[in-house]
Amino acid sequence: MVGLEHYLTVAAALFVIGIFGLFLNRKNIIIILMSIEMILLSVNINLVAFSSSTVGLGDLTGQIFTMLVLTVAAAEAAIGLAILVSFFRNRGTIDVEDVNVMKG
Amino acid sequence: MTSTDFSIVLPEVLLAVYGMAALLFAVYTGKDKLSGLVTWLTAAVFVIVALWIGLGGQGSRVAFGGLFIDDAFSRFGKVGVLLAGAAVLVMSHDFLEKRGFAKFEYPILLLFSTIGMMVMVSAGDLMSLYLGLELMSLSLYVIASFRRDNVKSTEAGLKYFVLGSLSSGLLLYGSSLIYGFSGTTSFAGIISVVQGNVPLGVLFGLIFVMTGLAFKVSAVPFHMWTPDVYEGAPTPTTAFFATAPKLAAMGLFARVLFDAFGGVPGDWQQVLAVIAVASMFWGAFAGIGQTNIKRLMAYSSITHMGFALMGLAAANAEGVQSAMVYMAIYVAMNIGAFAFIMTMERDGKPVTDLSALNLYWRVSPTKALAVLVLFFSLAGVPPMLGFFAKFSVLMAAWNAGLTWLAIFGVIASVIAAFYYLRVVYYMYFGSEVEPLDNTKSPVAVLLLMVSALIMLVGIVNMFGVDGMAAIAADALVK
Repeated sequence: MVGLEHYLTVAAALFVIGIFGLFLNRKNIIIILMSIEMILLSVNINLVAFSSSTVGLGDLTGQIFTMLVLTVAAAEAAIGLAILVSFFRNRGTIDVEDVNVMKG
Repeated sequence: MTSTDFSIVLPEVLLAVYGMAALLFAVYTGKDKLSGLVTWLTAAVFVIVALWIGLGGQGSRVAFGGLFIDDAFSRFGKVGVLLAGAAVLVMSHDFLEKRGFAKFEYPILLLFSTIGMMVMVSAGDLMSLYLGLELMSLSLYVIASFRRDNVKSTEAGLKYFVLGSLSSGLLLYGSSLIYGFSGTTSFAGIISVVQGNVPLGVLFGLIFVMTGLAFKVSAVPFHMWTPDVYEGAPTPTTAFFATAPKLAAMGLFARVLFDAFGGVPGDWQQVLAVIAVASMFWGAFAGIGQTNIKRLMAYSSITHMGFALMGLAAANAEGVQSAMVYMAIYVAMNIGAFAFIMTMERDGKPVTDLSALNLYWRVSPTKALAVLVLFFSLAGVPPMLGFFAKFSVLMAAWNAGLTWLAIFGVIASVIAAFYYLRVVYYMYFGSEVEPLDNTKSPVAVLLLMVSALIMLVGIVNMFGVDGMAAIAADALVK
């Protein structure tokens, strides 16, 4: 029997992997964008699991929230990629180590 | 029913409709030739809406089943945000035009982020909180990287985007936990569930939400994006970052803490106090070594956020009132300071080195005097308004029994005074360097003078901001 805690565990694991992907990744900014998406998707799993009628609260709020998060995540990815493209045009690289014009 | 709901959100709806109409109109006609018109029109619309909200609104109304709250607190935040946005818009146009970046999208993006802030301070539910925050943030990511042929600006945008998205993710994860363990997303519902002992899941959620909000107000230890973004973003954008979004985020912080978790102040008060102390000290120490005035203003804003959070940490109406007064004065000071930074140029090129200010009084005695007043006020030197801002949050913390916090606040403000006074020292007693231009930028200079004048004249009665903040705080803290 799959209960609420199983869903929450998966979501928490995804969330932590996303955070680690952001901070430990030293290679490519695209991976950072993927990590951000993963964090948002882990939240969606949480929300859907909580709103489920079999294991959760059984109300629709969480699912509505999920739709809103999905929409915003799409807009966020579009803006992130656009900024990344203009950064690449100026700098000629998208390595994380090369995002270092300003320091201190 | 629905028509009352819409009448409550009418200012936001009209602003959004105006934004979309202006966007379409400009795209199909003159494009960037219209940027001046769109800028001034948008600023005028901001001022009109601010007057409408400030003078017309009364009482406390709720729309869309608790999603949106219109009360004295949200009106205080909205008027502040709109006026700050209008001031930044009008002073940035000259700067952008000189650099060939006066595009018509700039005022419109700024408008959309302002609508996001208005939704934030009116949020009555975790969903509207998130949507308002994202509407603000997404527009801000774009205007941070607005000089898209400039490596610094795009890097600033990229850094802001990555860390801003991370903070939204943390906030969202917290929201999902609060929803799951309290069974509702509305603040009114949460506060009725969370009384006395807080379920562990909700407590975790609260910490995550506070982390996300601390990112947005750039409080230590979530401040690392601030100096880079302030330095890299175009100066008008930095001016905007330092004013309206900070006010809105602080309003949202207060909104969440008091509307949703007002029943259990013990669970967040200590966290807030520690964040406040860390921000005040880190901003004060790290600012000392800076040589770039925009980075200096970043550390200055971190310190100031620490003081405002100290007001919230008092967890009572007096604390909220002092934090809101603090934010209003902070915004007024920063508009003046950034109006000055925008006029700093040598041979027509913008300069942000602190050393360029050496003996600035010879270039323009009046501007140098205005900057002296503003930086004394930022440092909290007694006759200026900035002192009263600091004094009110310190009193609020003291009266709430947070004596240690108030003492740390005084120490931090003394340390931070060093780098403000150093700027003034350079201007009057520095060494010989190639002088800056005496830039002709009437709007920016006017705003600089007005802001400096407010710091002096405001001590008479603070233009009534104190009383308005008191009404706002009473509406929030029941």
